[in-house]
Amino acid sequence: MTAVPTSWFLLLSAILFVIGAGGVLLRRNVLIMLMSVEMMMNAVNLTFIALSRHLSSLTGQIFVFMVMAVAAVEVAVGLAILIELNRLRATTDVDDVSSLKG
Amino acid sequence: MPIEIPTLNFIALAPPLIVIGTALLVLLFDLAVTDKRVLGYLGLVGVVIAAGVSIAMGPRPATTFQAMAISDGYALFFNLVFLATAGLSILIAIDYLERHDLQRGEYYALLLFSASGMMLMAAATDLIVVFLGLEIMSVALYILAGFNWRQLASAEAAMKYFILGAFASAFFLYGAALTYGATGTTNLNQIGLWLSGGNSDPMALVGLGLLLAGFAFKVAAVPFQWWTPDVYQGAPTSVTAFMSVGAKGAGFAALIRVLRSGFGDSAYSADWALAAAVLAVLTMTFGNLAALPQKDVKRMLGYSSIAHAGYILVGVAAASESGVRGVLFYLLAYAFMNVGAFAVASALERRGEFSTTQRDYAGLSQREPLLAVAMTVFMLSLTGMPPLVGFWGKLFVFRAAVEAGMSWLAIVGVINSAVSAFYYLGVVVQMYMRAPAEYSPRLVGEESDAKKPAAVNLEVAIGTAVLLAMLLTVVLGLWPGPVASLVTMMPLG
Repeated sequence: MTAVPTSWFLLLSAILFVIGAGGVLLRRNVLIMLMSVEMMMNAVNLTFIALSRHLSSLTGQIFVFMVMAVAAVEVAVGLAILIELNRLRATTDVDDVSSLKG
Repeated sequence: MPIEIPTLNFIALAPPLIVIGTALLVLLFDLAVTDKRVLGYLGLVGVVIAAGVSIAMGPRPATTFQAMAISDGYALFFNLVFLATAGLSILIAIDYLERHDLQRGEYYALLLFSASGMMLMAAATDLIVVFLGLEIMSVALYILAGFNWRQLASAEAAMKYFILGAFASAFFLYGAALTYGATGTTNLNQIGLWLSGGNSDPMALVGLGLLLAGFAFKVAAVPFQWWTPDVYQGAPTSVTAFMSVGAKGAGFAALIRVLRSGFGDSAYSADWALAAAVLAVLTMTFGNLAALPQKDVKRMLGYSSIAHAGYILVGVAAASESGVRGVLFYLLAYAFMNVGAFAVASALERRGEFSTTQRDYAGLSQREPLLAVAMTVFMLSLTGMPPLVGFWGKLFVFRAAVEAGMSWLAIVGVINSAVSAFYYLGVVVQMYMRAPAEYSPRLVGEESDAKKPAAVNLEVAIGTAVLLAMLLTVVLGLWPGPVASLVTMMPLG
């Protein structure tokens, strides 16, 4: 049985990151954009953990804990903003929320 | 293996800790105090104490938390920039929130938390701490941008800022991860040590690029500037004043430390200097051209803040000690002149309206001569007219670029400053050469008082903020020596 090489993990997380970034840029539903950002963060987490194992260093795993905590905070604040927006205008589509232009 | 007790030098991080403590006190008193303006003044006291402690600590470098943060002259100088911004913004907010019926205690707590995040970013010497500071600052700012919760524009600003801010944080994180993978550490000095040993790794270069992209978003540099005008326009003016200087300054504080301590002495130092130069040209040119046709003054100042990010990037691109000094001076100057301009804009906003157009400034010299003088000072200083403080800021960053052999960059900067005069002086022309009667109604039901000019009700706190900012803009402009020599004593530790 051979071990999975680190480069595979890095490739997978790069693909996940690009899918997430694509989601933020292409999708128009705020909830899906929020999920896409989460996906980007978790792709980074995978990178950190793979590199942490590869380098036999704990720093990467500690960084992941920080990222997870911060991601939870961001979701809490993001959903609060979304609820506020939904009260003022019943939509989750960013194209319906465009009063600021110029 | 015995567990060692880590050395935790809390004193080195005293200024941000004082600010956090004040924020917690504000939250606590919020439960008991009914006049929320008191909380604003409490926050102000905390800010003044933190600034005093920063000055008392002096520029002796002291690392803390296993070299994850440092209190050197650089961090302490940035503390002063952020605390000055926070203090002036609190003064603006005390009256502004009262007038717009938004007075809540959380506002001051969030503003202080955000300021502590900025100070942490300036002190961070580890990518983990940079990230945490960035998020402490940003999450509080997302909420503040949406603080005017009854208005769609404010909620929209908060949403845009949040989605794009989180997006940029992900880029920053990916950059940090790849840098970690290449160098095996997240400590900036050790990254610098590894790279200066002649090592190089394409993964570190990609990481550097992603880190740059993340910071470029925070400082609103082209092509990561789309959010800026919308967020600045939609957020309450008192918040815009704070984040236009604070978030930009914190972004630059961390960016310069990452570039100089981490990637300064590496095979990539020419690469990032060139990248900063290209970003600088794009940013200032776009910001100035986009600001020209703007009628809404808040939006115009939003685009102008993009242009100023471009000027500051000139100092970053110089990649030298004098470039860093130029950036430090520029940001302090920018704190006074830009917060001052927003203070005047928020003083002119009428109850229930959250922006001012050029027309609201018509004939201001007759209605409110002092406010008109103050706005003229801020506009001229933002243009870069001597002998105001904005002139010296521009002079120092452009001189650093010339010394670094990038004269072309300085020339582009000077041409851009000339372009910026059109829209800054447009406001001055409105104030002095147009009659106040030109005010026309914007809303259908407003015909009844159509001929009435915008009522100016200059309250004590906003008035103090305007006066302080104006005094400092003029005094530091006429007498830049002390700050200029202070900046030379504040190297990166």
